Amino acid sequence: MNILVVLRMVPDVVEELEIAPDGKSLDLEFGRMVLSESDDHALEQALLIKERSGGTVTALALEAREVDEVLFAALAKGVDRVVKITGPKEGATTREAAHSIAQVISSEPGLKGADLVLTGTQAINDLDGLMAPSLAQELSLPFLGIVTGLVPDSSAPSAVAVKEFPRGVGGEFEVALPAVFGIQAAEKPPRYVPVAKVRAVMKSQRIDSVSAAATEEPSLSLLLVLEMTKPQPTAHAEILEGSPEQTASALCGILAERGLL
Amino acid sequence: MSAEYWVVVEHWRGSVSQITYEALALGREVADQLGASLHAVLLGHNARELAATLGKADSVIYADDPQLSEVVAETYAEALVQLLKSRKPKGIIIPLTNVSLGAGTLLGARLGLPVVNFCTDVKVAEGAVQARCTLYGGKIESRVTTEREPTILGLCPGARPSEKGLSDQRPPIEDFAVSLPEPAIHLKKYIEPEAGDVDITQQEVLVAVGRGIQGQENLNLAETLAKQLRGAVCASRPVIDQGWLPISRQVGKSGATVKPKLYLALGISGAPEHAEGMKNSALIVAVNTDRSAPIFNIAHYGIVADVLEVLPALSEAIESRKGVGSHA
Repeated sequence: MNILVVLRMVPDVVEELEIAPDGKSLDLEFGRMVLSESDDHALEQALLIKERSGGTVTALALEAREVDEVLFAALAKGVDRVVKITGPKEGATTREAAHSIAQVISSEPGLKGADLVLTGTQAINDLDGLMAPSLAQELSLPFLGIVTGLVPDSSAPSAVAVKEFPRGVGGEFEVALPAVFGIQAAEKPPRYVPVAKVRAVMKSQRIDSVSAAATEEPSLSLLLVLEMTKPQPTAHAEILEGSPEQTASALCGILAERGLL
Repeated sequence: MSAEYWVVVEHWRGSVSQITYEALALGREVADQLGASLHAVLLGHNARELAATLGKADSVIYADDPQLSEVVAETYAEALVQLLKSRKPKGIIIPLTNVSLGAGTLLGARLGLPVVNFCTDVKVAEGAVQARCTLYGGKIESRVTTEREPTILGLCPGARPSEKGLSDQRPPIEDFAVSLPEPAIHLKKYIEPEAGDVDITQQEVLVAVGRGIQGQENLNLAETLAKQLRGAVCASRPVIDQGWLPISRQVGKSGATVKPKLYLALGISGAPEHAEGMKNSALIVAVNTDRSAPIFNIAHYGIVADVLEVLPALSEAIESRKGVGSHA
């Protein structure tokens, strides 16, 4: 079972986000970049499958700030090979990124012919499309998203995947392989890897680099961003100021007034 | 031929989803401003009767096929591709929910059409459709238009009140025949959530915990507070994904929609996926270290502080007040 995991870096929304001077994009000069949360789950799901059924896991990511740390951490967690796609279009949208990644998957030895292609079900900046269905279309593979459980059977070849529906209902699907899955949550929380182990991996293993194919194609996105702003709230909470004890006491009073105590 | 605008009807397990009516309300506004007719696209099997509630549209385009009996993004996209070969709408609104997610992207990718995700509002300006989209966990808004039509708009819940999309009129139905290939994806069965846990939709008080609770060992603080307030503990997605609470306690897109008298959001940022499940609570109180967290835009009261400091202080304050009350 060969598993390919597509990872993406996104701005850390715990930090303050800044709009670029053009007013139409984010200023990514500052602030931390982190692995997209559902991609982290996709990586964990790939490792769980490998531990259960054997096979190999290859992680693939577009070049971005702090991506090397993420790829070395992936190696430390048990990924067999990591590949960084260098020279992608600056500010590539999700559909453009999917196109670049699919081109590399189709042409790079060792990446073609994976049984499973996993990525996060949705990223916080998937404005012009989602990665998993975009990849599926580029690679002419079936797609299932919002997956929270995945058990492949290489002899079939097929997989049983659980898709999450509203109100806690799961849908069990049979999917012919190879296929692309958008992972919402792995069967277990993403594993922690000690910094020391990542540092050791940095000395003993390497990141393979592959150049993104040069393209003269027009933008695949077809979107025109007119403006990017921070939301102007129509309402804002009344903030209770003071120490934890003072704010707790004030809140207690509010709850009592409303008959909630 | 007059211009058309479409809304793809989301229905699941025999019922039309609320977001369909929200989309119809929005679609009606957009179609009227464009001078276009509005059509609800109903894909299903033996689902004709669902069209009766879709009278906000000028007509329902109905495709019936056994392969459309369940919502599978691939099959839905293929049916829409076939429909788009015979009719050319100016735009298509598709719900961006756990049921329909992926269908819009696949459709756009197959036909080379623009897709705009995370839409929370759509307006017409100078004859062109402009979408407002909420990105980066609710911290950024983007105003977007497209270079060509039709535009596929992935709509988030809450764009319009669902009541505005209802109508007493029965719309005319236009049948459309599809020919779908054998699918690579089959639904085998539904897995119901385990029974026996607290029904959070029935609680008057909910103490909701998010990433700010930091660890499972701190959940007892929330449990204590919930007990004091005669309520229950629920959570946002990250807490459920960590396995700290069962999925039956999840509020938001994949979980429950709740409307308690009091919703205490502790260490929850207020991403749109969570907000859609709790924003109609009667009283919302948020505690978060990030003053710019979107949760403060929907909360009535807020405390900018560490949840782990506020929780014990609040429990103690409630205990003191009860003590005073009992001696009075």
